[in-house]
Amino acid sequence: MEIDPFIFRLSIFILSIFIGYYVVWSVTPSLHTPLMSVTNAISSVIIVGAIIAGLAGNSDGIFISSSIFGFLAISLAAINIFGGFLVTQRMLAMYKKKKKDK
Amino acid sequence: MISANLSAIFYLISGVLFILALRGLSSPETSRQGNFFGILGMVIAITVTFLSIGNFSSGLIYVLIFLLIGGLIGAFIAYKIPMTAMPELVAGFHSLVGLAAVFVAISAFLNPEAFNLGTPGNIKLGSLIEMSIGAVVGAITFSGSIIAFLKLQGIMSGSPITFKGQHPLNALILISIIILTYLLCSTQSSNFFWILLSVSFLIGFLLIIPIGGADMPVVISMLNSYSGWAAAGIGFTLENTALIITGALVGSSGAILSYIMCKGMNRSFFNVILGGFGATEQSSSSLHKEQRPVKSGNAEDAAFLMKNASSVIIVPGYGMAVAQAQHALREMVDTLKKNDIKVSYAIHPVAGRMPGHMNVLLAEANVPYDEVFELEEINNDFANADVAFVIGANDVTNPVAKTDPQSPIYGMPVLDVEKCKSVLFVKRSLSPGYAGIDNDLFYRENTLMLFADAKKMTEDITKNI
Repeated sequence: MEIDPFIFRLSIFILSIFIGYYVVWSVTPSLHTPLMSVTNAISSVIIVGAIIAGLAGNSDGIFISSSIFGFLAISLAAINIFGGFLVTQRMLAMYKKKKKDK
Repeated sequence: MISANLSAIFYLISGVLFILALRGLSSPETSRQGNFFGILGMVIAITVTFLSIGNFSSGLIYVLIFLLIGGLIGAFIAYKIPMTAMPELVAGFHSLVGLAAVFVAISAFLNPEAFNLGTPGNIKLGSLIEMSIGAVVGAITFSGSIIAFLKLQGIMSGSPITFKGQHPLNALILISIIILTYLLCSTQSSNFFWILLSVSFLIGFLLIIPIGGADMPVVISMLNSYSGWAAAGIGFTLENTALIITGALVGSSGAILSYIMCKGMNRSFFNVILGGFGATEQSSSSLHKEQRPVKSGNAEDAAFLMKNASSVIIVPGYGMAVAQAQHALREMVDTLKKNDIKVSYAIHPVAGRMPGHMNVLLAEANVPYDEVFELEEINNDFANADVAFVIGANDVTNPVAKTDPQSPIYGMPVLDVEKCKSVLFVKRSLSPGYAGIDNDLFYRENTLMLFADAKKMTEDITKNI
């Protein structure tokens, strides 16, 4: 009997929750704000769904309703991707160690 | 056009890179590299999506235009946003993830052929369930984050909004969501889909309005978690490994942060979520309010105390963020250090409006992160320190949490500032903090209250040292 591919995806999902659990516990508390902004950025990988939706229209109807929602979702996710990674970068650049000459 | 197997492998690689991005945050040294891994993972995921569709029809140009518009807006916001506004920004970003999830679910519902999910009115049952979960959680994330954003921005009052029958109403709506999902799956009718979405937007809104301003660290973390579960729901619909992995990572990350925040307040998750905290207790505490003597001083007194100290511990809180006093504070500390006074910072887990809020502000003011300590690391040092300088914090220093079982904050871990030889407390007035209770610390022998704006007072002290 064949195993439904859904079961494989479910396995990936469950194992990833455990990975997330252990990885996030090891994040230092002082970096919890960057953690939130970076998780924000990576969850916008949902843009892959938006791109599929946006490209689904054919030449007769680029702006069918489903692709319009796709285009809007692309913009929303892109705000998050660029905004999220850049603001994380900006924050992380501020974390400095004590200068030795002091 | 690349094969489905090859693209699946690339999605897996980008999922792994996202794991490494979070792993990098275990220390500030590796964090920048981690962020780079995250960006790389995202670039791979997006490129592979384009390649796997392969159909570069006339739609492509619009996809790129919308991508560019969003990217420019995002980059602009990232460069312009002041660090004090980080909680609002994160709440705002969560709402966008939520809405994007809803929009993708709508497109998938309207045009299932594009996603290989069947035909309209005949969508595969499993996909429809996954899609509904993604859409519902996404909608709740969206409207909930909008409310959180408005509260943090101060457009909406931070005090809890409660009304009679609130909890039964919420319960009713949650049950109706389950029923609507069932009806949607059995009839495939688009009417149920739209009703389901509207009801989800409504419940997101209702769930967050009763939660007060200082509970926002829990709310933001929770919405962070929701945005992850929404992404995972969509990931199952699209059968996309990168999305499933990311959704699970973000979902568990937000859940852990909420747990840490709840523990920092010694309250259960449900106690926070049900809301209304601080609104009800206020009346009871005002009953036994008595006038007690308070010692208050000015900047010169504070400067004198600190100049004669050999070690000072700074306890920042949300008030420091409001007054934007972090730079003035760093200057004061620099002056103290020139006088060979040892200075460290003590951060309570729930100080500020989001996890790690104080750390970011101090980092912005160029405070080296190895001078900043968490509650457990520094709490024993208060007994040996000469001066504790409390700036903008209140409830997190209240000794009542250790002594009075009647108090609403009893059992909450607090910073033992009262063990210092002397305590300087910068505050605008004697008004109680968020929990609505008096701080016992104000009336202690060794406490000197400095009634002023945090930034102004800090600057004045610097001048007097």
